[in-house]
Formats: sequence, structure tokens, C-alpha cells
Amino acid sequence: METVNLKINNLPVSAPKGATILEAARLVGIEIPTLCYLKEINEIGACRICMVEVKGARSLVTACVFPISEGMEVFTNTDTVRKSRKLTLELILSTHDRRCLSCIRSGNCELQKLCKEFGVDDEQHFEGENPRYDFDDSAAHMVRDNNRCILCRRCIAACKMQDCAVIGANARGFNTHVGSAFEKDLADVSCVSCGQCIVHCPTGALSEKDDTDKVLAAINDPSKIVIVHTAPSIRATLGEAFGLPLGTNVQGKMVAALRRLGFDKVFDTDFAADLTIMEEANEFIERVKNGGTLPMITSCSPGWVKYCEHYFPQLLPNLSSCKSPQQMFGAIIKSWYAQKEGVNPADIVCVGIMPCTAKKFENKRDHQNANGYPDVDIALTTRELARMIDSAGIYFKHLPDEKFDNPLGEASGAGVIFGATGGVMEAALRTAVETLTGEELRSLDFTEVRGTKGIKEASYKIGDLTINVCAASGLENARKVLEEMAAGTSKYHFVEIMACPGGCVNGGGQPVQHAVVRNFVDLRGARAKALYEADAAAKIRKSHDNPAIKQLYAEFLGEPGSHKAHELLHTKYAPRPKYK
Amino acid sequence: MLKKISKLPFKGTPEQEAGLKAVIAECAGNKSLLMHVMQQAQGIYGYLPFEVQAMIADGMDIPLEHIYGVSTFYAQFALAPKGKYNISVCLGTACYVKGAQAVLDKVQAILGIGSGECTDDGQFSMEACRCIGACGLAPVMMINDDVYGNLVPDQIPGIIEKYRTA
Repeated sequence: METVNLKINNLPVSAPKGATILEAARLVGIEIPTLCYLKEINEIGACRICMVEVKGARSLVTACVFPISEGMEVFTNTDTVRKSRKLTLELILSTHDRRCLSCIRSGNCELQKLCKEFGVDDEQHFEGENPRYDFDDSAAHMVRDNNRCILCRRCIAACKMQDCAVIGANARGFNTHVGSAFEKDLADVSCVSCGQCIVHCPTGALSEKDDTDKVLAAINDPSKIVIVHTAPSIRATLGEAFGLPLGTNVQGKMVAALRRLGFDKVFDTDFAADLTIMEEANEFIERVKNGGTLPMITSCSPGWVKYCEHYFPQLLPNLSSCKSPQQMFGAIIKSWYAQKEGVNPADIVCVGIMPCTAKKFENKRDHQNANGYPDVDIALTTRELARMIDSAGIYFKHLPDEKFDNPLGEASGAGVIFGATGGVMEAALRTAVETLTGEELRSLDFTEVRGTKGIKEASYKIGDLTINVCAASGLENARKVLEEMAAGTSKYHFVEIMACPGGCVNGGGQPVQHAVVRNFVDLRGARAKALYEADAAAKIRKSHDNPAIKQLYAEFLGEPGSHKAHELLHTKYAPRPKYK
Repeated sequence: MLKKISKLPFKGTPEQEAGLKAVIAECAGNKSLLMHVMQQAQGIYGYLPFEVQAMIADGMDIPLEHIYGVSTFYAQFALAPKGKYNISVCLGTACYVKGAQAVLDKVQAILGIGSGECTDDGQFSMEACRCIGACGLAPVMMINDDVYGNLVPDQIPGIIEKYRTA
């Protein structure tokens, strides 16, 4: 690789040709602050916080987009640079809602952090007219408060990355604001609820709709049995909210924290992931044997399902009819479990801890109330759970490791890898291959579908069948795969799609990591690693070997795909308009 | 200025739709021609309502929000149709120093609409314009092709009333 030699703050640096000043500085441990910059998706040099001095240049330059050159001399921390950054921050603050105390991102806000670092203490430096915007809380999953928006356009880039682009910059000059076409509310446009805009927002302008009060009310109601279940990826990310390193598996502490919060039972959504595999693998085998619609596409990701309904309604027959693990879990809790425990399902409040904002939309969909009650009453994101733990005075780091309750706390390694892109595919293959061949697999690792690449494909020979599979994550990647399907040129039989890039570990409900982490650390890989390690260490690694799953079918459901299973565990989809 | 979105029902004709479709067919595949298509569309319909922007979005494979963003960024694009009578108040230098702002304010107060908007009954639209070359008559306004000069705000109600009853 061709390298370029330059000096940054008098330190010699060799960096690859084409690198930016920001990237080169990173190589010698110099951090240049950024606000608008997101690697590859928002390189627009708009916010002017990353200004640096370049010897010989007429004015300061934006380090995030300025390419390095041979012999260049850069200074990132001069008086001029600091003054420029401070001025930029003061100007941003001049139209910003500065009530930090009541802001959801206080303490984790990129703007607040920079103001502290650059000593911006006179927040009224530029007093004057302020634009004022109404909240948009129309959507099931999130709230937009444009009064806290700094117009960095990161959410717009995230929405475009998700192939929706339902938000953008409207009007101009002082009136510029982030919004949807014809100023429609988010609920009235084809937003898929993925929440990627939220995790990319530097401030408190975007946040999940907070449902923690509903959960606390249920816990405090003695007539309610409050059952919580945690999605596969939560154990890999919750620790981040308490300062633990990326990719720390906190399953034991998470269970302990949930018990201390007062939940009556703490179960594992992984159990329902195993159940999903039983139903989905069976559905796939049926489709292959009976000439059903292929390729079959997974349906665990509610953001993806909504995307399909809005943008590719012609492919709805390809979508598996299986409910997502969250919804399957609720359906089983309010039927089999309620019967076993002799409780009235009306008294059960089922709470899902999810990596995902779209889960808040999913549990309110039609055909998601198998027993006459909503399968899942409340879906909380990882962030909401972290806030509940904090406000309850639970010292997370010092909690003992505890175990899930049984029987719905029992899960296989196949269930736990659901949280990473390719995980559902791998889990399904473990079960489908053994079912089709009747022989035990020698190796359970389908490594071709692992990793954080946007589109992964593989071909497997199963008996005399050749099965072509694909795992796509991030809706921009999904679109490429879907366009082939729509054109009838797809070679795949089975496709896994996750709305968020990297799968649930990078979901829109996960702890917010600042842009500096997103830009320079493999967030998805680090979080996914914790799940694959948990799978490798699991005694049971195939969904159909999970004893609790066997018991559920033996006692209650019969066979995968049975009439009862269909009633409880499968759902319907309907096209949604692109515009309203 | 924030552009107000017209609540008047869309009344596109099949001929207009065919005209826009022809423009889109010519330009589809080259997204950099978006501005051109929007200008042509405004030429055909007089403004760019939701229905027209959605047609462009589908035809050009560009997100609707992106098109709306462009239409609210540039002053040349209108989100409201022109009324039966379009009033242009000149805010050019000569008219401005002779008190055009007071004339403009009066027109807006009487019609209850802002610049670039249309009344709910579709009768009147208004806009501020730059020099129409009648500086000797400043301040000046035009209603369709009629020119009114040497205006004082008190004359405005009478002039508008004339068109209302016409």
C-alpha cells in the first residue's frame, strides 16, 4: 500500500494514501472531535468542529474529509483551532434547547461532552431568536424533538443507509429542520421503526418511546404476574451502559438485575428463538418438499418485515409466516405456561427486553394476540432497561451471576446466535440439515454465514439437495438481494434478512455509542463475538435438542407446523402504502 | 420563510399527467436531472403538490423526502397553486423605499395568506416579486396582467374587492 508521510502536532506519521487527516491523526493517538462525521455514510464536512490548521493553507480545514499529502504539517490543538471549535459550539448552542437536566442523553451527549472539553460555559453567548418545534411522538417506537437537533444530518444518513430515506433536511437557512416529506408525522410515512437514526444521533433529539413507567406500574400491581424475557443480544450489550468493555457477556448479572427490579419470572427469549427455528426449519422443509414459494425469507426482524410490506409487497409470500421470537414467547407464556401454572393469562404482563425499537411497533400489530390478549404487552429497549437498573439503585457491576428461571429459561447455542447477522440462518441449518438427512451433523459451525459483511452467501449439499443460502443485514444490502428476487433471478432457497447492519447486536434499541466508537471500532464484531462464544460454550447447540422445546411439543403443540402451532406461532402480513 | 403546504384539493388532468410522464420518461435513469424535472412539472401544474412530487419520486426512483427537501430549499418551487387572481407586490428597491412593505402587509392581512400561498377558495394567490420595470409608478403591484401604481395601503381593499365581485 502506498503511504504518505506527514507531521501532525510535530509527530511524524505514515498513513495510507487517500486517508483523511482525521484517520491519520488516529494512528498516532490524536483524537480530533467530530459531530457530523460518520465513516462512509456521512462524510459531509458540515459541522466544522473538526477544524485543524494545515501549514500553508489559507484557512482552517475540516479534518474529517481533508485528504493527507506528502510533507503536510497539521496542528490539531492550537489557540486558533480551539477558538474556532469553541465558537462553533456556541453557535450550535444558540438555537439548541439547553435544558440538559431533563434530556434523555444528559451524560451521554456528544455535544455536551464537547462543550465541557472546550470550556463553553457561557451558553447564552449568542442570545436571539430561536426556532421552536413541536414533538413528533406519532410513531409507536420513537420521539423526535427537533429543539435538540443540531442538524448534523447523521439520522438522515442512517435512514438512507436503511434504504428508507423518509427523513431529510427541509426548508433552508434558519428554518432548516429535519422532517419528512410534506412535514408529515413519522407515523404517516414509510418509516420501518428500525431506530438506526436514534443510535446515530449525537444529542437527545431522537429517542425511543419510553415505556418504563408502564413496566413499573405493572410490577407495583399485586394482581399482575410480570414476566420478563431478554433477547439474545441483550447479554452482549447491556454491560456497555455500565462501563463494561464492548462484547462483555453479562447474562448472569442481567438476570440478577431483573429479579431485583421485581419481575416475577425472568426468562430467556432464546427459548423462543429455538422455538422459531423448529417452526421455521419445518416451514422451509415443507416449502422445499411441496414446491412452496422460494426463496423463503426469515421474519424475526420486525423492521425488515415492515420494510417488506412498504417497499417489496410482491415478496410477502416469500416471508416466513413465523412470528418473531418475542411474539412466540408471549404466545406460549399466555397459553402453555399459564395452563401449567394455573394462572389466568389476563393477569400476566409479558415484557420483552429487546435490542430493537421496531419491537414496540411489532407487539401492537394485528395477528399478534394468539390468546385473545396481546402476546407481548410491553417491549423495552436495552437502553430503557439500563435506565431502570440505574434509577433503582442497583449497582450492576457488583451483582452476582444468577440463572434464568425454568422452563422457559432454557435455550440452546443456536438460540443465542440469533442476535448476530447469519445467526438465524446457522441455527435453522443445524436443525433443517439433521431433519432432512436424519443424521447427526459432524460440525455445527456454518462459518460461511458468520461475520459482519452486509451480504453473505453459501451453498450446502444436504442429501441430494443443494441449498443456496444468503444472509443480508442492513436494508440497503437487503434491497440488492430483494431486487434479484423481484426480478426472478435469485438463486437462493433460504434468505435471512436483518434490518440493522450486523443484526440485533447493532439494533436501534442498543446502548448508544458515540460516533468516535462507531467510526473506529468494529462494534458489530465485538458484540457478536460474545454471542458466538456463548454458543461455543453451550452444552446444547441445536434447537431441536433443547429439552424444554421437546417438552413443549410433547405436552402441548404436537408437531412443528401443527394446527395449534399455526394458531399460536404464525402470523399474517399485509402490503402497506409507500405514501399516505 | 417556511413554505405553507396548500390544502386545496389536487385537480390534475390526464393531459397534465401525460405531460409529466413524458418528461420523467426522458429523464429517468439520470438522477441529476431532478431539478429539471421539477421545473418542468411546475410548468405543467403551476405548483408541486404531494401528488406531483410522488409521481416524480416513483418515476425517478428518488425518495419523496429528498424531492420535498429540494422543493422547500429553492424559492422557485411553489407548494401552493396560483389563484384565479395572482397578486404580485413588487419589493424591488424603488418600490421598497416608497413603502411597498406596507402594501404587501395590507394584501396579506386582507387575504389571510402569506407569500407563495393561495386562499382556500382558490380565488387569490399572492407573492412578493422583484422589479417589474415600472419604478416610475412605485410602489407597484400586479393582479394577473393589470398594473396598479402609486399605491397607498388604503387603496388595497377597494382594488381586491373589485376582483372578488368580478
